[in-house]
Parts: sequence; C-alpha cells; structure tokens
Amino acid sequence: MIAWHIRRAFEDLVANRFISALTVVTIALSILMVSLAILIAVNTDIALQEWKQNTRIMAYLNADGTATAPELVRSILAVEGVDSARFIPREDALAELKARMSHHASLLENLDENPLPDAFEIRLRTDEDGWERIESLAGRLRSLPGIEEIEYGQQWVGALRDVAHLLRVASVGMTGLFFIAALSIVANTIRLVVYSRKEEVDIMRLVGASEVFIRAPFYISGSIQGLVGAAIGIAALFAVFNALAVRAAFGVMAEFIQFRFLSPWVLTAIIAASMVVGALGAHLSLRRKLSV
Amino acid sequence: MTDGDAETPIIRLVHVQHAYGRHQALTDLTFDIAKNEWVFIAGPSGAGKSTLLKLFYFGAQATAGEVLIDGVNPARLPPRRIPLLRRTCGMIFQDYKLIPGRSVSENVALVLEAAGYRRRLIPQKVRAVLRLVGMEAHANSLPPQLSGGEQQRVAVARALVGDPKLILADEPTGSLDEVSARAVLELLRAAHIRGATVVIATHDKGLIRDTGGRVLILDRGRLTRSVHVEKYYDRMAH
Repeated sequence: MIAWHIRRAFEDLVANRFISALTVVTIALSILMVSLAILIAVNTDIALQEWKQNTRIMAYLNADGTATAPELVRSILAVEGVDSARFIPREDALAELKARMSHHASLLENLDENPLPDAFEIRLRTDEDGWERIESLAGRLRSLPGIEEIEYGQQWVGALRDVAHLLRVASVGMTGLFFIAALSIVANTIRLVVYSRKEEVDIMRLVGASEVFIRAPFYISGSIQGLVGAAIGIAALFAVFNALAVRAAFGVMAEFIQFRFLSPWVLTAIIAASMVVGALGAHLSLRRKLSV
Repeated sequence: MTDGDAETPIIRLVHVQHAYGRHQALTDLTFDIAKNEWVFIAGPSGAGKSTLLKLFYFGAQATAGEVLIDGVNPARLPPRRIPLLRRTCGMIFQDYKLIPGRSVSENVALVLEAAGYRRRLIPQKVRAVLRLVGMEAHANSLPPQLSGGEQQRVAVARALVGDPKLILADEPTGSLDEVSARAVLELLRAAHIRGATVVIATHDKGLIRDTGGRVLILDRGRLTRSVHVEKYYDRMAH
C-alpha cells in the first residue's frame, strides 16, 4: 500500500513538475543558507574549543618579577586553575623570535639590547572551561606582584566568541525564516495539486477511501520535496565548503582552524527536519482544502 | 454495514427531512427497502431523488428523522467510520464519475485499494469484473477514450467489484442510448439476482418497464406512492 501511495505522490510531482521544481529549489536555497550558518557556527565553536584546550597565558615580568622569579612561580601555581608555569628567560625568548623571523633576521641583528622581558608560560587545567573563568583567572594573575602584563590572545578570541554568538543567533533566526518560507511554499504547491485533483479526491471518497488513504500521497509528496530540497541544499553547501576549505588550507587561517564539514548526525537531522517541514506544509494545505 | 438478520430492512427511513438552507428537499419520508429488493425511485426533476440517494450513501445527512442503513444510523457514527460503510455500497452516477487520468482497470481497482485488499488479489478481481461487464479489452484505456455506454459499464464494474450488498444508481442511463441503457440495466439485474439490493433513481419511465420490483414516486420531496412496477404501468395505461 505504501508503494502505491509513493507512486501516486511521484505522479503528482511529475504532473505538477514546474511548481514542484520551484518548491524544491526554494527548499534547497533555504537549506543551503541555514546549513551554511550552522556550518560556520560549528567551525567557530570548534576553533574556540581547540583554543581553550591549548590555552596558555603569557605573564611578562617587570624587574621585580625577574628578581623574585622562584617565589613568583609558587604564587602562580597557587592560583586555582593553573596547571603549570614555565619560566622563559628573555634571552630564550629573543632566540625563539629570531628563529621565527628568520626571513627578517636583519631587523633583530642590530638591536643594542634585548627588548623582551622575562616571562612565564602558564598552562591551565583542561577542566577550566568557560571564557569568564579564564578572564577572572587572568585577572588574578595580573594582580600578582612582579607581573607587568598578561597576554592570552584576548582580542581575537573575544572577537571569535562574539562572532560565534552572532552566528548562533543568526542560525536560529534563519532556521525560523526557512521554516516559514518552506512551509508556506510547500503548502501552496500541495494546494495547487489538491485543486487539480479535487474531482479525483471526491470520487475516492465516494468509493469509500479513508482520509488517511486520500491524504497519504500528499504528505509523501511534501516529504519528497523536503528530501530532494535538503539533498540539493547540502550538496551545494558541500561544494561551497570544499571551495572555501581548500583556499583556507593554504591561507593564514590554516594555522588556527581545521575546517570540518557537518557531521552525519547533523546532516541527518537537517534532512529529517526538511522532510518534516514538507509534510507539515502538506498538512496545512490539506486541513484547509480537504475538510468535508 | 452490519450483517443484520434477513428481516432487517437494508434501508429504513423514519420521518426523514432534508433541507438545503431554506429549501426543503425532502419532507417526512417514511419507508423501508428490504434486502435483495429491486427499487426504482421515480419522479420529475427536482423531486428529491438524488438527495434521497445521497442519504443512502452518506453523502448528506437528514436534517430531521432517522436513516438506518442495515440497522446502522450513520448520523450516530464518527466520521472516520463513514468510508467503511461506503465500501459496502456500489454507486453509479449519470456522469459516471470516473477519474479521467486513470485507466479503466485503475478506476475499478481503486475501490479495492481503498478497502485495503491484498495487492496481488486486485488484478484478478478487476479482470473478472471487467469481463463481466464486457470491458476487459479496454482495461488499459482512459475513460475519455470510451463512449458514454462504455464508460457507464466501467462505472458499473467499479460498483460491483467490491461485492456490495447495496447498489445505488443515480440516473444510470440518463446519458446513454437505448441499447447501452438496456445493457447497463441487465448488468444491474444480474447483480440483483446474485443477491444485491438495487436502488435506481430515474425520471425515465421507459426504463422502469419490464423490470419488476417496486417504484417509490417522489414529488417535491414527498413520497406520493409506493407501488409495484406492474401496478405503476397499469395506472399509467389507464
């Protein structure tokens, strides 16, 4: 019986191929935009998580700090959340800088004296998640005597956090818009199909067809439109992702972020949601048009 | 429809009325139709014949009184049970009501598919009934490719395929030539001989001749007479 309903649904789609194609394209565009927002939000979240897992705070020392480094390291380790602290003498820091800037070594060779301060590289415990806790921990370290300055990439991480938040809000908003747009267009498409099959539906009723029997092909038709739209949208997203990821792999972002595509679970959820939206659109249309 | 006992009329109307807004279509109808009866509902256009038939196939509900189909009052049933009742009726209309985009066999099979028959049993049952009405050769034709008489034979096949207890025909020969009309009537008579109750609404007095059975005569929504066909013609002759 299911096969019969599916065949009828496909017949409807073929018979109304133009409007069905338009619906599928609209759903595909909606899915593309929503899943793109989700993809960016997911990757931004991953970048933030990775940064958190490798969080290190650089504490630059003043003259007092250099003098009291053995005592200072004990104070640093006593701060809750700190895992380890490694002293980096200013000479080592300059050598590392020279190694990193080997192409511009001439700039550093003419220095009269080492401009870099001594520093501690402080690593946090991995269970220390939460941006606010890291900020408060950095504040406590900054207040220790002998520490001149604290640096933990607060500017770009802060910006990334804001972007992630914005994307989350945007993806929720876009999902809502997609939901309404897709629902509306599927409902209108099914309404047209119902109009075109009104006589048939009346006859089916006369011969004793149940409402489930009459409505099933319309629901299946809506779900198929949702499925095909989602598949096309995700395929387009994958193409966009590949193009961007390949560029990023050779770009400046490669050092910071390992781009990832949406997980199979998320993709399945998007496809299922799109099919549900298709069926729901059919339901809205049928509720108005097939009521006795 | 239940398997009521033989004495239970297949149709019972008790003081039934039906109105379309202010227009009173049927007024105070009380009569029975027994199982395996052959009944004509006659009367001029607008007498209420089609409305009465609608009450029998649950296409309309009485605005007053009680309609019992094989002991069941459809007005007291939840709407989801109505399709189950309709499956026990075979219906034939003047305008055939065939789905134009589906083949003859698909139109006939629809009844069985809607009733949830096993799919592998459907083709042989459809073939058998199309053979019965002489339309087996047209199984793959679309209704618009057939003549009026052929389309009505398909409609009869569709009405018969579910082995209904009750066959309701609304002006079944209204748009057919005499030969086709006789052929359709013969098919209905054969179904009646096999045990079905047949109720035919018609304003064609010629159709009623030589068929036996009973005639219910409606006039402006009222039942004016209920007589045997022979008496109906005797009276017309005098």
